[in-house]
Amino acid sequence: MFQYIIRRLLLAIPVLLGILIVTFLLARLIPGDPCRAMLGEKATEQVCVIFRKDHGLDKPLLVQLVVYMQKILSGDFGLSIRYSRPVSQILIERLPMTIELGFAALLIAVLVGIPAGVIAAVKRNSALDVATMIGANIGVSMPVYWLGLILMYVFALLLKGTPFWLPPSGRLTAGLDPTPFYTVFGWALQKGTPSFQAAEFFSNFYIFNSIITGNWAVLADALNHLILPALALSTIPLAIIARMTRSAMLEVLKQDYVRTAKAKGLKERLVIFKHAFRNALLPISTIIGLEIGTLFAGAVLTESIFGLAGVGRILFDAITARDFPIIQAFTIVIAVFYVFINLIVDISYVFIDPRIRLN
Amino acid sequence: MTSLSETLTNNQKDYRSNSLWRLTLRRILRQRNAVLGLVILAFLVLVAIFAPLLAPYDPNQVLIGVEEEVFRRQPPCIHALGCPADWHQHILGIDGNVRDEFSRVIFGTRVSLFIGFTTIGFAIIIGTLLGAIAGYFGGAVDNIIMRIMDVLMAFPSLLLAIAIVSVLGPGLENALVAIGIVTIPVYARVVRGSVLSVKENTYVSASRAMGAGPFHILINRIMPNVLAPLIVQGTLGIGTAILDAAALSFLGLGAQPPMAEWGNMLGVERNQVFTAPHLVFFPGIAIMITVLAFNLMGDGLRDAIDPRLGQSQRIE
Repeated sequence: MFQYIIRRLLLAIPVLLGILIVTFLLARLIPGDPCRAMLGEKATEQVCVIFRKDHGLDKPLLVQLVVYMQKILSGDFGLSIRYSRPVSQILIERLPMTIELGFAALLIAVLVGIPAGVIAAVKRNSALDVATMIGANIGVSMPVYWLGLILMYVFALLLKGTPFWLPPSGRLTAGLDPTPFYTVFGWALQKGTPSFQAAEFFSNFYIFNSIITGNWAVLADALNHLILPALALSTIPLAIIARMTRSAMLEVLKQDYVRTAKAKGLKERLVIFKHAFRNALLPISTIIGLEIGTLFAGAVLTESIFGLAGVGRILFDAITARDFPIIQAFTIVIAVFYVFINLIVDISYVFIDPRIRLN
Repeated sequence: MTSLSETLTNNQKDYRSNSLWRLTLRRILRQRNAVLGLVILAFLVLVAIFAPLLAPYDPNQVLIGVEEEVFRRQPPCIHALGCPADWHQHILGIDGNVRDEFSRVIFGTRVSLFIGFTTIGFAIIIGTLLGAIAGYFGGAVDNIIMRIMDVLMAFPSLLLAIAIVSVLGPGLENALVAIGIVTIPVYARVVRGSVLSVKENTYVSASRAMGAGPFHILINRIMPNVLAPLIVQGTLGIGTAILDAAALSFLGLGAQPPMAEWGNMLGVERNQVFTAPHLVFFPGIAIMITVLAFNLMGDGLRDAIDPRLGQSQRIE
């Protein structure tokens, strides 16, 4: 078992290195002179020589790569061209929003998708099954941003004045202030220190922050603002999870031991959940891990639609301004996160399926 | 009593009607999903071919001064639904630059189908080449190629495409290249897997014993066996490619105005969703129907061509 886990961990290292190399090469492929891109077209050659020396651009590519990796590993993603601020600082401010949105969407996808898939498989070929599968097929074919706009139109405009009205954009209603937990708890943190940055990072999870500080008004408002974007973002993963669950369940329900369990008179529910579902969990957890990447890429589109100040939104602005350090940082963060999630999924196999433990 | 020749021709008939292609075709036609997808796709192809005949206007023609009573973002005007008869009919309304939305949606079909087929064609060619080389030669070559593919797959595809286009610069061609690159690993993996499972067969060894070179074996002995999963994966891939390309255009990285591309049309009018919902609604529906057609067909093909190839193969 330990061997398996260690092997998985070791296999992740070359992939992580690869991610850094790809992003490094992409940054070097940007056409044009980086000096003039940063300092403007009128920068003189003398200034550019100094600039290149300062930024290590006069060194061989391999040396640059090593320096680049050292920087990234120490959390230094460089300066944003547009904001002239450290990208890491921007990430601390913006990443929590994106993670919150991503997990809310994942929660919806899992909580709706898995039961839908199980029911569709158990009641195979029933109207419910057909409806679920039609819904799932449409779900995977829909552009996330389009669904976001349509939801916005329906819930913020058509349902205006009804209890179903939902806010079309923003993270909180203006005027509400989510006091950071470290202020509420009276922690004396030095600005700029790593502990302050960590506290700031966690306090930017509004839902988490409002729960631990007991600020229920903010919690309700933040959740209210999260429903539409999370709903829009969840559709594709939801549809895929439902389809995967259905086919995995169908596969398992065909097995002899399920028939045996039924034959010995066990309750239908027990057979479905204890005998069938546990064995279908393996492919389901795989697909959930894989969908997390799609989810965070989709967040870029969803956030820009709903005016949420997350990383996706700033990435959208960065694209227009060609602010590559931000694009690069976000790509690295999401890709590394994606690799880790899939690593966790791989390791969780050991607990889901004892056969893997033995092999 | 049947004569010998009659028996022979009957047998021949049986043999012919059970040929691999016919059998596959019959199986495909038995899949409701595949048939539905095929019908929608055929319809879309016809729309794309006959776009100039179907569209009442040039998709890029600004109608100010050409028609009276047209205004910016005018809602749909359909005579049968009570729109005044002296108004010009615009069944999907007018866009922000006073162009006929219906004509733009019609012409958008061409762009989307073109995007789908070119990106996946590109990815299949490169992916097949890499996968075949990796699978056939094995060893270090296999390791190097597949580790690069692993790294490419470690990025969510849309995100890597965004990064590539922001390096190459916005534009439809660059978006196509980016989407092509990020989808290569899928095909490389499928082909490699098939090559690995086929190359140990005796007919391959026989061919090798008869002195055939590696490329002859790859193309004539191995590739025919790889085609089925490749077609299935390719059909499903086209849907995703269209969706991703539309997303890039929506972000302003793909097709540029004034091109009538659905994602771009949505992106340009996204802030008008409350005032002119028709400009958001219809391009989105068009994207959805097109992607749905390819997904239905891909699912149906998968079930028809290779029933063993369940969902598990797809998610790898």
